[in-house]
Amino acid sequence: MSATVDSVTPKTSNDGLPWSLWLRQIAAILRLEIEKNFLGRRSILIYLITLLPLFPLLVLAVFTPPGNEWRDFSKYSTIYAFLYNGLILRTVVFFGCAWIFMNLFRGELIDRSLHYYFLSAVRREVLLVGKYLSGLITSIILFTGLTIAAMLLLYFPHFSSQSLRFFFDGQGLTQILTYAGITMLACVGYGAFFVVVGLFIRNPIIPALLLYGWEWLNFLLPPLLKKVSVIHYLNSLVPVPLSEGPFAVIAEPTPAYIAIPSMLLVTALVLVLSAYRIRHMEIRYGSD
Amino acid sequence: MTSIANQLIIFDDVSKFYGEILGVNRVNLSIAPGITSLVGPNGAGKSTLMNLMTGLLRPTKGRITLLGIPTDHPEALFRKVGYCTQFDSFPRGATGRGFVKSFLMVHGYDQKKANELTEIALERVNLVEAGSRKVAAYSKGMRQRIRLAQAIAHQPDVLILDEPLNGLDPMVRAETIALFRKLASDGLHLLISSHILHEVDMMSDRVVLLNNGYVVAEGNIHGVRNEMQEHPMQILIRCDDPSRLASHVFAQDHVVEARLHEDNGGLFIKTRDADSFYLLLNEVVANGEVNVESVAPVDDDLSAVYQYLIGTEGGST
Repeated sequence: MSATVDSVTPKTSNDGLPWSLWLRQIAAILRLEIEKNFLGRRSILIYLITLLPLFPLLVLAVFTPPGNEWRDFSKYSTIYAFLYNGLILRTVVFFGCAWIFMNLFRGELIDRSLHYYFLSAVRREVLLVGKYLSGLITSIILFTGLTIAAMLLLYFPHFSSQSLRFFFDGQGLTQILTYAGITMLACVGYGAFFVVVGLFIRNPIIPALLLYGWEWLNFLLPPLLKKVSVIHYLNSLVPVPLSEGPFAVIAEPTPAYIAIPSMLLVTALVLVLSAYRIRHMEIRYGSD
Repeated sequence: MTSIANQLIIFDDVSKFYGEILGVNRVNLSIAPGITSLVGPNGAGKSTLMNLMTGLLRPTKGRITLLGIPTDHPEALFRKVGYCTQFDSFPRGATGRGFVKSFLMVHGYDQKKANELTEIALERVNLVEAGSRKVAAYSKGMRQRIRLAQAIAHQPDVLILDEPLNGLDPMVRAETIALFRKLASDGLHLLISSHILHEVDMMSDRVVLLNNGYVVAEGNIHGVRNEMQEHPMQILIRCDDPSRLASHVFAQDHVVEARLHEDNGGLFIKTRDADSFYLLLNEVVANGEVNVESVAPVDDDLSAVYQYLIGTEGGST
């Protein structure tokens, strides 16, 4: 009875792998997952997290706080650097990625709907790639959008003409693109971590909080341990470096040509681990 | 050997333990095309067996192949296998049509073919009209049918159905059983678990009886019944001269009991060898000694086998 359909017969390419079938399957998974990520019940929390930094910026747009630094355009790079580092990168992107990526599999186990994927003629590794990409697209759209919107919202209300020059003739464009790039890289790295956590650990909140603590305490760690974190590589890339305080252990930032490939390599390794896990995963909703 | 294995579902010494709890133990089965029913009480291991053969669970020991494909290759397995589970859950917000179509696309079908196969599947389960409604608004029976549509949409060679008649009204049950029969006559393997014994009896070519994780019997139900020597077969014969028939019957070693009906219009016997009894009955009738009105085996059905082997009346499994 099997449907003899050309469109689903795996056609192998020169390397012997059915890439066109896999791409079609990934596209189908992306459609399902992105809709779920943006319109599902769980997306409400993501929108709230994403909008969090915009509320103070909206207030700032209307009321200028007392203090000379708020009237000095040259200080805004540093103000944004603080806002980005403390609120956007370490809080919104971190917890946003935790929510999006951990729910890719854990959420479906809770909803008891993961078996529909497992009962489809799709390699589980392809399913992993599809789901990871859907999380990546969702998080990049939301958090890169936030990164850009927050910067524009900080600069333009008070210094519109200076801001125009800054973004079109000065360092502004480079800075905004660099921050956007760092946000994307953060989504790639944190995303992979939270996917694997969601696959291995029943209650992923605890490892998420442990990583959160580790990332915040990164400034106190000796140089070697600093490198066992995501934030160290991301901080190495920021266009406006910030002081980490009097207690910080100073370490040389990792150059971009090492930081970016290192992050991508570690991400790839974590995804390989996730692929191994999902290949051997059982579905027992009762015990999940 | 390989070509035969490619037509069978094979369990080769399969065991599954959940920690220290037994799921199924030492299961050896070769299942041919047709309708095979898994029957047993709660916790017997029916769903475990079905989840094992679809790769949702992995055996602790042993190996399972479906039409020659190992269960840890979903990409090949589910081109030939469809599984309608008991999990009554769906992706949120999905319409019936969207649900079936979206997973056809995950299989790798293009839009056009997925639409075509979706409509065929919805038609088979009578949900074409309701296909545009959200699954969340469906009745239990409709949810059961949309899951069935999803399982058959890619037109598999093996269809595994965990309690597929649950929640269906009598009319839809009859239609669904007819659909199963049609699929089986097309050469499909159908594995069905059900707790409604008379329906299993009616539609199955063979049964696998499970209890406490062990296969206690398997095969054609009448064959299984014949092998149960410790429970003599009970046969009811309505005839015009039961006393004469009883005199012939008493001379046979295999007959352990014979009782005349109170109205003297029939005979009830228990025999260890039903085939020999039927030969004797043919001979008596052929000689014109007795006119037989009806012959009815009393316990040559699944309910009786279930009761003898598992020790309860069946019912909820």
